[in-house]
Amino acid sequence: MTALLLALAGGLGAVARFEVDSFVARRSRRLSVPMGTLVVNVTACFLLGLVTGGIAAGSDVGEVLGVGFLGGYSTFSTASVEAARLLRAGRARAALLHAAGMLVASLAAALLGLTLTT
Amino acid sequence: MTHPHHPAHPTVPTTGAPMGRREHLMLIGLVLVGGALGTSARFALEHALARPAGWPWVTFAINVVGSCALGLLLGGLAGRGADEGPRRAVRLGCGTGVLGGFTTYSTFVLEVQRLGDDGERLLAVAYPLASVVVGVLAAVLGLVLADRLHRRARARRAQGTVA
Repeated sequence: MTALLLALAGGLGAVARFEVDSFVARRSRRLSVPMGTLVVNVTACFLLGLVTGGIAAGSDVGEVLGVGFLGGYSTFSTASVEAARLLRAGRARAALLHAAGMLVASLAAALLGLTLTT
Repeated sequence: MTHPHHPAHPTVPTTGAPMGRREHLMLIGLVLVGGALGTSARFALEHALARPAGWPWVTFAINVVGSCALGLLLGGLAGRGADEGPRRAVRLGCGTGVLGGFTTYSTFVLEVQRLGDDGERLLAVAYPLASVVVGVLAAVLGLVLADRLHRRARARRAQGTVA
């Protein structure tokens, strides 16, 4: 039962990512670095911080929300491809800023989420 | 801006037909099913293989393999033409859905935080750096491989028409 809920939550998370990414991409077309995945991953890490701090780790609810929904919502592969395409376009500094900025902002967001709930 | 490879928006191509309401709903269904499959695969792997301490190898491998696969997929699709019809369905179902759901940034970041909490300072610095650097290189590899396969197929087709 948990496995089924987790799959559904992962699917819903992916749909949420698709919608948020499209929404942000439409509104940030003039920026030269993609913003959609950055917004998705930073918010996912903040929410996972909240879930991890607020719900007993390893519980079914925590697993469905954390591993399922937020795992499906956040993505590593798209972030890698975005930086890879910046690199291949000869924009090494933008690629570095994109990858490092996402990592630092996501870590800070996760810590904030954890601090707020513990 | 109508260039299909504009680096600013690699996952939201600016070419292709605008999306109708029905197509949008169908594509959302594909993202849902793909995301459910990808997330379940990650959950099963983490459940079967993950160890509670040390370098998070399972997430590391999932994220690197997923990055390479997505580079290969998106590079291959971009080489075949505009983002519409079956190509868009494959991009969203397999790319945004399966590979997006399979790889994870939130679990990865929480693992970094946990390593720091456990006093594993070296791992807490090395793990995120290695993940991001190897992930981006894997994506470059996927994109380069896709380009090469595409060029070879085109050359073969051109030879076919000459002969």
